[in-house]
Amino acid sequence: MNALSVRGLTKTYKNGVQALKGIDLEVEQGDFFALLGPNGAGKTTLIGIVTSLVTKSGGEAAVFGHDIDRELEAAKACIGVVPQELNFNMFESPETIVVNQAGFYGIARPEARRRAERYLKQLQLWDKRDKAARGLSGGMKRRLMIARALMHEPRLLILDEPTAGVDIEIRRSMWEFLREINRRGTTIILTTHYLEEAETLCRNIAIIDGGRIVERDRMSSLLRRLHTETFVLNANAPLAAAPRLEGYPVRLIDEHTLEVEVSNEQNLNDLFGRLSQLGIEVVSMRNKVNRLEEIFMRLVDKGVAA
Amino acid sequence: MSAVAESAGAQPLHLGRVRWIGFRTIVLREYQRIIRIWTQTILPSAVTQALYFAIFGSLLGGRVGPMGGFGYMEYIAPGLIMMAVNINSYSNVVSSFYGAKWGKHVEELLVSPLPSWLIVSGYVTGGLVRGLLVGIAVTGVSLLFTHLHVRHPLIIVGAVVLTSMSFALGGFLNALFAKNFDQVNIVPTFVLTPLNYFGGVFYSVALLPHWAQAISYFNPILYMINAFRYGFLGVSDVNVAVAFGIMGGAAVALFVGAIVLMERGYGIRE
Repeated sequence: MNALSVRGLTKTYKNGVQALKGIDLEVEQGDFFALLGPNGAGKTTLIGIVTSLVTKSGGEAAVFGHDIDRELEAAKACIGVVPQELNFNMFESPETIVVNQAGFYGIARPEARRRAERYLKQLQLWDKRDKAARGLSGGMKRRLMIARALMHEPRLLILDEPTAGVDIEIRRSMWEFLREINRRGTTIILTTHYLEEAETLCRNIAIIDGGRIVERDRMSSLLRRLHTETFVLNANAPLAAAPRLEGYPVRLIDEHTLEVEVSNEQNLNDLFGRLSQLGIEVVSMRNKVNRLEEIFMRLVDKGVAA
Repeated sequence: MSAVAESAGAQPLHLGRVRWIGFRTIVLREYQRIIRIWTQTILPSAVTQALYFAIFGSLLGGRVGPMGGFGYMEYIAPGLIMMAVNINSYSNVVSSFYGAKWGKHVEELLVSPLPSWLIVSGYVTGGLVRGLLVGIAVTGVSLLFTHLHVRHPLIIVGAVVLTSMSFALGGFLNALFAKNFDQVNIVPTFVLTPLNYFGGVFYSVALLPHWAQAISYFNPILYMINAFRYGFLGVSDVNVAVAFGIMGGAAVALFVGAIVLMERGYGIRE
């Protein structure tokens, strides 16, 4: 059974903006799915329709087989959502917020309090459980929204930019936390502007642009389609000009830095051999951009992904 | 941040249980809010009513003389209690629900499996709770100044519950329509207070000229106050059965209106 099934979904706002132009999408149960797209592509509108915060103009959507037109309550009971914008009462404490949220899903207070302790501890918020939420740091507020979304232990967790503004250390621990949730059976749909995050976590991906799905594939298949990668090499000695390397487009960035394009048919040993013949010793190397970012930019035909 | 204790599985959805616990949670959250900020929700009405009794009752009332066969303070006490109940029921819901809209935490309810009618019912019950708490506080203040005899307890309870629910529903509709905090305050200030004052809180409409009486009968608050007063004093300017018909009709109509607007997502969904 699909966790999410969307057919011909359209949305036109009152101001005439057509945010979705006939979206078809299926997300399998148990998947860790990336939904990517530039700003204004329609990601948040799509999530809004599935979670009933936005009224659709046409089409169908079902969550674990529950059609949102005919079985809305059953569909919503399956979903936990972490929205892009903070949407909890800043004057309430984290514990009150998550316990009340559990109540809205029919979980009695004693059980809600047990779950609150578990998730607030797992998300490192237990020490702050009695403080007003407005006093939490940005990263804590994001984690609070994740804890809140998990209180009814949803089968489908939708995360809209969950790590925006979160420092790298916390972000990585959140990744591990989400992986663990996914391993235990929760389907996860993730939108993010950190493409490294999507590449690291997700098995399947859809890219949405201009209200349409422009790509839908397994992450590994999509990355294999990338024909070339750009590497940045740091040389130990200063270079006067870019070396001539047949078959490898090379640019000199500064006197110690080269940018080299390497296709799938070529290999790095060959490249290093040629550089060595020219007396150039490479001391370090990195990808110019994340591989998914490169594909993403090509697909959405834009220079900047964010 | 590594271990997740529970696995996510397909669990049967017991709608009745979900709805009952969800409803209780909304009401409890409203109650906690009322108690947390009691200096804004309970205290002002008690102080205001004490001033009304002190000025209109003690200082001016002595010159007014008896009304409807009762001392002036005894006559105005039910109206003052009802005025506090209806304004507070309205204010509680309009401020709480609009605050949730403004702060976006209304989305916590909108994404949950609770149906619109239950969300409306939860907020209205919250308004009713505040109306009753304020009503009790104001009744306590009234007893410092005058005697209150309960003649028809069921009429008192019926009138206060129906009035409180109607005004809470009005507050809910106001919150749906409101686009800023100014629009939250307009109705209580420019509509409810004048309607209360002209609804017979301080006088019997029998004292008015015929044309003013005729206009007063279009004021629904006149019926609410008089039904409530009848429960205490046994006197009323209107037919009590008609008053209950108007209160019940208003509550049902406003409830249906609130649900229809919620279902359409008016003011809350894009």
